[in-house]
Amino acid sequence: MSEKNIPAKKRIKDLTLLEKVYVPEIFKGLALTLKTMFRPKFTMEYPEEKFIPPSSYRGRPILVMEKNGEERCVACGLCARVCPPLAIEVQASETENEKERYPVRFEINMLRCIFCGFCEEVCPEEAIIMSMDYELAFTNREDAVYGKDKLLVPVNQSSDKIGFLRSYR
Amino acid sequence: MEAIGNFLWSIISFYNFLLIRIVIVLVLMLLTAAYLVYFERKISAWIQDRLGPNRVGWKGSLQSFADVFKLLLKEDIVPDNANKMIHTLAPMLALFVAFTTYAVIPIGPGINIAGYEIPLVIADVNIGILYILALTSLGVYAITFAGWSSGSKYSLLGGIRSSAQMISYEISMGFSIGGVVLLSESLRPIAIVESQSGWMWNAFVQPIGFITFLVSAFAETNRLPFDLPEAEPELVGGYHTEYSSMKFAAFFLAEYANMLIASTLIVTLYLGGWQIPYIETLGLSSGLVVALQIAGFLLKVALLLFFFIWVRWTIPRFRYDQLMSLGWKVMFPLSLINIVWVAFLIMIFKI
Repeated sequence: MSEKNIPAKKRIKDLTLLEKVYVPEIFKGLALTLKTMFRPKFTMEYPEEKFIPPSSYRGRPILVMEKNGEERCVACGLCARVCPPLAIEVQASETENEKERYPVRFEINMLRCIFCGFCEEVCPEEAIIMSMDYELAFTNREDAVYGKDKLLVPVNQSSDKIGFLRSYR
Repeated sequence: MEAIGNFLWSIISFYNFLLIRIVIVLVLMLLTAAYLVYFERKISAWIQDRLGPNRVGWKGSLQSFADVFKLLLKEDIVPDNANKMIHTLAPMLALFVAFTTYAVIPIGPGINIAGYEIPLVIADVNIGILYILALTSLGVYAITFAGWSSGSKYSLLGGIRSSAQMISYEISMGFSIGGVVLLSESLRPIAIVESQSGWMWNAFVQPIGFITFLVSAFAETNRLPFDLPEAEPELVGGYHTEYSSMKFAAFFLAEYANMLIASTLIVTLYLGGWQIPYIETLGLSSGLVVALQIAGFLLKVALLLFFFIWVRWTIPRFRYDQLMSLGWKVMFPLSLINIVWVAFLIMIFKI
């Protein structure tokens, strides 16, 4: 094949003289960066200014505490059964109350939890819900296992989330 | 007791308070360099839709001091392959050049305090411009030494690029200054400033020379469109790859001090120095006029420094061959055209 048969490669866009001079293009760029400089910034200065998540947010799982100070959980164990990384451990016992059963021990290993929200979905009593709390930091492995003391949160603190669950489920 | 007092006074007042003037200029320079780093980071952040340093001090204003303190505490590493003496000499040379160049740049006209006539320049020498040219071209040795003595291929490439770049741009820089010197008929910085009275600033009289000098100044200070000696994507850190601790800080400081020198030099040569047009027609007292003129000089320098930073975060780096062809095929002829233009002006208007 001779050289003639190969078509000359066309450039997508040939530069005009004004663009070849380069100086006007520099000023265009400078104008753009100057405009950007005075634009409001989107950065949230975190420790001072905190992100308030929407109610569909899946933060750390919590146990709902009723107004009388007892947990809503009936220790059926469905959450522990459905939990993909086996983070939840429930030990049930009997109680004199109307609901008859309650968890003696309820532990979630936060190092295992993957925040999938399956426990929330499967719970028949609306007792375990994904809260809006995302600030989770521990300094050792023992602290990462959350017991009932850390998991129980009064019901009025998560009314937004419960309202969301009722309207969308 | 009185003899000691007289002796101390004679030292302090030696050559119109030379020591005090040196201390003031040095402190001003170091502070400006520190805050230049801060503003560089802030402005770059704003241009990139970020906030920039905002943790140390009010709005992060003490950030550069924290950085310097951190660098002081770092380990000073000298590579095994390095030529230890030259490796140590290079940052010192960089700082020396950066600090000594400022000696001839006038901040304002002379002031008269309590019978003492005090010039607002450290050394009013009649070869000031030559002195600046000589020292700034000495500055390339710092970078070349650093590149060569580190015993690293990246550093060496950075040093070579720096010297090649400096040779190419020094010429157009010198020819641009030629135009200024033709008009002022003096190499004294103060005489050059005084020749630009009213609106006769050299930037308006010889715009081509102004642009070529500005571009060469960018190349001389190794600022971004021409920062090939430290091109991060290709050369890690360029000539200062193998430097750490305070030696690295010295290069960093020298870069910003050079930026300050380039700005003051441009203001002195092209933007009328301390001169504010038609300020004498306002009928202000002479003290206020001098204060305003110093403020005007500092404002011009500040605006130019902002321009330096602004350009850095806007324009991408040149390729090596583009840099060379720009220097030799565009900047050099343009500066020659400028000299011819100035000669015509002198011939026609007999300025």
